[in-house]
Amino acid sequence: MAGTDIKPIKEVIKPPATSVGALGWMRANLFNNWFNSVLTLFTLYTLSKIVPAFIRWAFIDSQWLSTGEACKGADGACWSIIPANIRFIIFGFFPYESQWRPLVAMVLLIGLLFYSRNRDHWKKSLTYAWGAGLIIMGLLMKGGILGLAAVESTQWGGLPLTLLLSVFGLAAAYPLGVVLALGRASRMKAIKVLCIVYIEMIRGVPLITLLFMSSIVFPLFLPEGVTVNVILRAQVAIIMFTAAYIAEVVRGGLQGMAKGQYEAAESLGLNYYQTMRLVILPQALRIVIPPTVSQLISALKDTSLVVIIALYDLLKTTQSVLSNPTWMAFSSEAYIFVALIYFGCCYFMSSYSRRLEKELDRGF
Amino acid sequence: MGTPPPATVPFYNDPKKRSILFQLLTLLMVGLLAFYLISNTLANVEKQSIATGFGFLEKEAAFEIGESALSYSAADTYGRALVVGFLNTLIVSLVGIIITVILGTLIGIARLSSNWLVSKLAAAYIEVFQDIPVLLQLFFWYAFFYNVLPSPRQAIHPIMGVFLSNRGLVFAVPETHPVYKYMGISVIVACVVVYFLRRWARQRQARTGQPFPIFRASLALVVGLPLATWAAGGAPTAMNVPVLKGFNFIGGANISPEFTALLLGLIFYTAAFVAEVVRAGIQSVSKGQTEAAKSLGLRPSQVLNLVILPQALRVIIPPMTSQMLNLTKNSSLAVAIGYPDFVSVAGTTINQTGQAIEGVALMMIVYLTLSLLTSAFMNWYNKKMALVER
Repeated sequence: MAGTDIKPIKEVIKPPATSVGALGWMRANLFNNWFNSVLTLFTLYTLSKIVPAFIRWAFIDSQWLSTGEACKGADGACWSIIPANIRFIIFGFFPYESQWRPLVAMVLLIGLLFYSRNRDHWKKSLTYAWGAGLIIMGLLMKGGILGLAAVESTQWGGLPLTLLLSVFGLAAAYPLGVVLALGRASRMKAIKVLCIVYIEMIRGVPLITLLFMSSIVFPLFLPEGVTVNVILRAQVAIIMFTAAYIAEVVRGGLQGMAKGQYEAAESLGLNYYQTMRLVILPQALRIVIPPTVSQLISALKDTSLVVIIALYDLLKTTQSVLSNPTWMAFSSEAYIFVALIYFGCCYFMSSYSRRLEKELDRGF
Repeated sequence: MGTPPPATVPFYNDPKKRSILFQLLTLLMVGLLAFYLISNTLANVEKQSIATGFGFLEKEAAFEIGESALSYSAADTYGRALVVGFLNTLIVSLVGIIITVILGTLIGIARLSSNWLVSKLAAAYIEVFQDIPVLLQLFFWYAFFYNVLPSPRQAIHPIMGVFLSNRGLVFAVPETHPVYKYMGISVIVACVVVYFLRRWARQRQARTGQPFPIFRASLALVVGLPLATWAAGGAPTAMNVPVLKGFNFIGGANISPEFTALLLGLIFYTAAFVAEVVRAGIQSVSKGQTEAAKSLGLRPSQVLNLVILPQALRVIIPPMTSQMLNLTKNSSLAVAIGYPDFVSVAGTTINQTGQAIEGVALMMIVYLTLSLLTSAFMNWYNKKMALVER
């Protein structure tokens, strides 16, 4: 069999230029039918109207380090409001010369949070580190020993107050929420009813009413002469509020447990406490990580509501800067700055929860 | 071989007795705490000579309310002021809920779009607006109205009869005419007719298999009947157009900056959550359902109406309801920007009467009632829509 000479294929036929590369990607993702093409063009047109104008306002025509008066004639954004007032926005009424103390406390907190991100570090020593860290942070804020001037908690404000309310709020609300969820799932009627009434009542009212309760009604509950710090009262209201929501999330996890798990634990001779601690909760809490984190995120955002009972958290300090006639007109810039801080914190939490969810996924 | 005598268990090791003991102890503790707090409160109230009871509801309020759906003046009672506040809460919540559902659904669908640009933009919207506190957003829009928008003299004037300025949104409305009342009635009549028509059409289709163009018929009824009424009533076209007089507009309808800022903040915040709910709902219906429905020969609209939506809604409705409830509860933040909602009016009442306990209790009762009504509705709906297993 000779003669049929098969020529080696010299050129590989490439796919048409319109289906690979940038052009192909655009065809597949932006212009795959007439409706999408129209949609893309319309969106691009709208963006072309908004984005350049915004960039011009925010970056090109903007003022960064000028005085308030210099800003008034400018067309663009006046970011100068931030550097000019940064220390009041961040630290509130904390004594000016001692403001390094809340700064160190915040750096310590953020450092601990970053260190705890890695699950390899979850050991007993980490618990001690957190305990020691919290005590140091408290001392830094409060002062009064080691030559640090004492600072009344009424002078606490700004970002440290926001972080304080959220971190302690979350840390205390989580175990309380778990206890409430267990109570709601309990077979003891009285305890079950108490927990249901508590959870449903708290979930049915806005946080504002609880804050009003803590700021104006609660003092009436106490015997004469006893007063509780207003920050602590707001903190308790936030804890009570968040705990009810966490309880509902955890209840979802408990309901997702197969009955066999309880039966197996019982047949091993474990008592109620052991069953919960060793068998049920480790599994139940794991399946509710995503909703728990979204609850924690909303708790962080909800701390901003203390503005309404006149605590000087981050949002309130910003507002007081804006009540100054020099800076009054630049509210958008100031609010965008604060929004970026909140966004950063929440985004950090939600991306961490996504990662944790993936790491803890054991395929069942 | 006699049965062994029953082992005597000390009462504290008997699970039944122990649980009773435990419950009694808990109740006792809760009771004691309640007694302690109440007795303190009574002592304090007496010492500070604060009035108790709801008698203040009958007294003259002596404060003005900026916006009200009822006629209200400072000479009216606190009770009426609170009703006005409650109606304001209801108005802003209802309007907010309607717009939020529409906007949120659109964004949720955009998130799933095969168009890369649209889908990414929707994702960015959801991420950004979910992560910024709603109160901050309210402040932003409120300041936007007062600082960024021009005064009425330089009002933005996008289309005829609409003016946007730092005094709010002013727009032309039709001149009052009796025919509009009849148009309202005819819309209600049309809705009732549509309801019965749908029932009849469904029964006929079940009986004979003959479909009825129900959507087109309903649309024709709901739009056509009021239009016909309008034409029959002489087709009035006179408009009440706002005109600039001095420093503000006269005539037309006015939406205050407070209301608009509250509405915008609530809508943009909640829509981000609604979008996620809608996206999850649509994704919960597997692709095979669409394919199966198509292979049965259903038209795209039928696939959506008869196969996809009924399954997606079952997943969407419960979280959607809780988002609506969140919006209603968040509307209480109106107090921070001066829109006279229920919490704001109740706050003023507390300031004037000093009766904090009654005031806060009223706030809680109102929101609790709204929540319980909503969850009752949701339970009813869930039962109706629940999967009927074989």
